[in-house]
Amino acid sequence: MSAVGFGFVYGLSAREAGFSVVEAMAMSTIVFAGAAQFAAVGYVASGVAWPAIVLLTALLNARHLLYSAALAPWLRDVPIARRAVMAHLLTDEAFALAISHFRRIGRADERGYWFGAFVSTFIPWNLATLAGVLLGAQIPDPARLGIDVIFPAAMIGLAVGLITGRRELVAAIVGGGIAVVVALASSPAIGIVTGGIFGPAIGLLVPAAIAAETAPLGTLESADRYLMPDSHVHTDLDPPTEPPAGTPPAP
Amino acid sequence: MTTDLVLLAVLMFAVTYPTRALGLLTPGLDRLPKAAFDYLQLVGPAVLAALAAVSVMVVVDDDDVPAFHVGIEWVAVLACLAIVAWRRNLFLGLVVAVAIVVIAREVGLAALPA
Repeated sequence: MSAVGFGFVYGLSAREAGFSVVEAMAMSTIVFAGAAQFAAVGYVASGVAWPAIVLLTALLNARHLLYSAALAPWLRDVPIARRAVMAHLLTDEAFALAISHFRRIGRADERGYWFGAFVSTFIPWNLATLAGVLLGAQIPDPARLGIDVIFPAAMIGLAVGLITGRRELVAAIVGGGIAVVVALASSPAIGIVTGGIFGPAIGLLVPAAIAAETAPLGTLESADRYLMPDSHVHTDLDPPTEPPAGTPPAP
Repeated sequence: MTTDLVLLAVLMFAVTYPTRALGLLTPGLDRLPKAAFDYLQLVGPAVLAALAAVSVMVVVDDDDVPAFHVGIEWVAVLACLAIVAWRRNLFLGLVVAVAIVVIAREVGLAALPA
């Protein structure tokens, strides 16, 4: 469902930014990375140079390295050719679905991975992109329908989804602030790049309060980030639970 | 129909695919230096926030001079932020953001963007 809705919005935004159908679909099939695609719409609309776009894409998608490293132990028995294709489908959603499914059943499930990554994500994402960019072309006055606000709202929503601790929060706030100041002093393109590079550097100055905030993916300490809502993995970091007063001691 | 950005998509793929494949295809390469790992963890929120902030707070006039902008878009984006933080539902946040802007513009509380 989220892939459909979000893919449709991406299609509308791409159309609004001047992407043709072929260009918008090329992004969805070849890149297949929602946040980077939305960011590319903003970069292109702001006039960011291609080398900078590629650099920022590399930084933005570097988190996938952590996902693939976390899934590697589960999928080591899958033939390498199939793993190579699986890698292209490794998005935030595919990782979250796969890792929670594998943990739930206690083993790797290749068919489950394909279903989550391809059937539930890749196909809906691309069909919805196509629908969005085609329907976007039929809208005579996009601003009247508020389509211009979809892009910044989607960006801030995605940022919220990636904030798992105070370091990420500081990086986002500082990155946004730097970007606006530099954009006003120079250009939006330079502002975005500057904020994206220096925001994380400032965020690193904040001490991590608890290990769960910065623990590597694939570790128990980080697992809560990727579980389904309302579930929880107990770790050594969890505070010990005291029995209620009056509870008799266990035999 | 233009196809210029297809090349950009290919270049973006060229830097995205290795990050997805390296761990899966090269067992053992699953440990980054801690400093690099920590930095990369923070890039996503910073880049996305920078894009959102510049998009709603900076406008560029016909002479390419950037200027600070205050408008209904701020309210819409903050509403989306609050909904995503509260409900973890991005699509709902987008719907509310768009609704705020549409209503404000229809009733004359906000002007259409230049």
